[in-house]
Amino acid sequence: MSTMQDYHSRLSDPASRKFGTFSYLPPMSAQDLRKQVDYLLAQGWAPAIEHTEPQHTRGSYWYMWKLPMFGETSAENVLAEAEACRKANPDNHVRLVGYDKLRQTQGTSMVLFRGKTA
Amino acid sequence: MKPAAKAYSAGVKDYRQTYWEPNYQVTETDILACFKITPQPGVSREEAAAAVAAESSTGTWTTVWTDLLTDLDHYKGRAYRIEDVPGDDSRFYAFIAYPIDLFEEGSVVNVFTSLVGNVFGFKAIRALRLEDVRFPIAYVKTCGGPPNGIQVERDKMDKYGRPLLGCTLKPKLGLSAKNYGRATYECLRGGLDFTKDDENVNSQPFMRWRDRFEFVAEAIHKAEAETGERKGHYLNVTAPTPEEMYKRAEFAKELDMPIIMHDFLTGGFCANTGLANWCRDNGMLLHIHRAMHAVIDRNPHHGIHFRVLTKALRLSGGDHLHTGTVVGKLEGDRASTLGWIDLLRERYIKEDRSRGIFFDQDWGSMPGAFAVASGGIHVWHMPALVSIFGDDSVLQFGGGTLGHPWGNAAGAAANRVALEACVEARNSGRELEREGKEILTAAAKSSPELRIAMETWKEIKFEFDTVDKLDVAHA
Repeated sequence: MSTMQDYHSRLSDPASRKFGTFSYLPPMSAQDLRKQVDYLLAQGWAPAIEHTEPQHTRGSYWYMWKLPMFGETSAENVLAEAEACRKANPDNHVRLVGYDKLRQTQGTSMVLFRGKTA
Repeated sequence: MKPAAKAYSAGVKDYRQTYWEPNYQVTETDILACFKITPQPGVSREEAAAAVAAESSTGTWTTVWTDLLTDLDHYKGRAYRIEDVPGDDSRFYAFIAYPIDLFEEGSVVNVFTSLVGNVFGFKAIRALRLEDVRFPIAYVKTCGGPPNGIQVERDKMDKYGRPLLGCTLKPKLGLSAKNYGRATYECLRGGLDFTKDDENVNSQPFMRWRDRFEFVAEAIHKAEAETGERKGHYLNVTAPTPEEMYKRAEFAKELDMPIIMHDFLTGGFCANTGLANWCRDNGMLLHIHRAMHAVIDRNPHHGIHFRVLTKALRLSGGDHLHTGTVVGKLEGDRASTLGWIDLLRERYIKEDRSRGIFFDQDWGSMPGAFAVASGGIHVWHMPALVSIFGDDSVLQFGGGTLGHPWGNAAGAAANRVALEACVEARNSGRELEREGKEILTAAAKSSPELRIAMETWKEIKFEFDTVDKLDVAHA
C-alpha cells in the first residue's frame, strides 16, 4: 500500500474550484472533446457555449456566447464556436451546454476549456 | 320505466354472485389492481378473486339491508380477469377494477387503506400480494407528487449530464454532531454532491437534531466555497410527531439547506404527503428513504410489491427514492428493478410482463423522481451502475467512500473520478459493463485516490441469489 496522501484542496487556492461534469478528469484531448460533442448532437440537444471568470463559477448563469446553436449538426462548427469564445475570453472557463427541449432541462453541461486559475 | 328495486334477502351469499364480472369493461377512470392470490384449499379462483374485490371495496361477509340504500353497482370493486401465475399452479393473478369514486382525492392513505386493508387478513385467502396498481390520470391529477422533480432539482443543484453522488455517513449511530459534520465536510470537499443521514438518525441523546443540522450546515457552506459546487446533506426530519417533523424542516430552511429527508413507510403516508406539500411550498428538495419496505415487499406470495410502493411514493411526493442497486449487497433483480425505476422517473410506462409491469401507467405532467442506488457499492461497481441507472440517479455510497484508506475526501474523489470517467466513456460509445476495468484503470492513472480505492476493494463481490424473483414459467 502506498503512503497516505493529503487531499489537496484549499479555500485559498482557486485551482481547487470545480465546475460540474468532467471537472475531476484531466483536460480532454481535441479528439475526446469531439466525441462528447458528437454525443450531445446525437441526443438531439441544442448546443450552446457559455463562459465565466474563474472566480465566478457558482451562479446559475454564466455569460452566453451568442445564442444556442439551434439546428446545428456539425461538431466542427460547435467546437469552432467554443474556440472563438476562448480566443475572445482567454482567461475564462468555457463550457458546452446541451439544451433538451423535450425534457426542459440541460441534458449536459461540461467545461471544454479551463481558464486561468493561478 | 325504471327497473323495480331489488328485494332484501338476508344471509350469506357467494361473493362471486356480486363481485365477479368477467365481462366488465374497465373504464379510463377506474383504479386497477393486480393481486397474486393463494386461495385456501377448496375455494375456487373466481370466488377467491371476488372475495378480494368485495373485501377491498364495498363488501362485508353478509348481506345488510343498507346495501339497498345505495347504488352498489356504482361503488363496488369488480374482479374482471383471472390469469395463471407462470410456473406456479397453486396461485393465480386476479385483476380488480375499483371505481374512482371509492377514494378520496389526493389520498394515498385512503387508497391503500382499502386496497391493502382488512382483505390481507381475510380467511378465504391463504396469502395475498398486491403486484401492481394502475392509477388513472384522473386520480394522478389530484395528487401533489414530487415537490420538485428531476429537472428542477438539476437546475437548483446545477448538476447536468451525469448521475449525482451521495454517501451515507457511518457509523450510522453514535457520532457527536461536530464529528458528524466533519465526516460531511470531508465527503463534500472530495467531490460528492450529497451526504445523507442514516435513516436511524433522528434525534438521539448522542446527537440531537438541532446540533447536527448546525454543524452539517457549516460543513456544506465551507465545502461549497472550497469546491465552487453546490452541495447538500439529506437532513432527516423523520420524527415522532408531525409537529416535530415540521419544526425540524423549518430549521433546515432557516439554515439555507437545499434538501431534507423522510422515511415514507415508518413515518407513514399521511406525514409524507404533508411534508411533500411543505417542501413544495418552501422550495426544499425531499429525499425519501424506505425503511420497512422489505417487511412489506420481500415475500413473493404476500404483501405489496415494491413497484406499488414506488407508485405510492410518486403520488405522495418525494424527489429521491431508494430503489435498490442490482449490483450491491441487497435484494434486487435487474429487469424488475428497471421496471420500477421507470415507474419512478418516466412519464408513460407501458405494460411489460418481462419487467413485472402489469398495466400501462400514465403520470401526465407529474414530475419524476431520482432513483437512489444505495447499499454495498464501491468504485468497481461504477460502470455497471452508470449503465443500469443512467443519468437520473443518485449513486449513494457509504463504506465505498468512507472506507478509503486515505479518508473520506480521497474516497469521494475516487468516486467522482470513476463516475466522470464512466460517463465520458459511455458518451464516447464505449460499453461500460464490458470495458469497465480498462476505463477505470485508465482514469486511475491521473487519480491516486481512485488507484488506491481500486486496490482496496478489488476482490469484494456480493452475489446472493434474489429471493423475490419475477414469476416465470419453469424451463
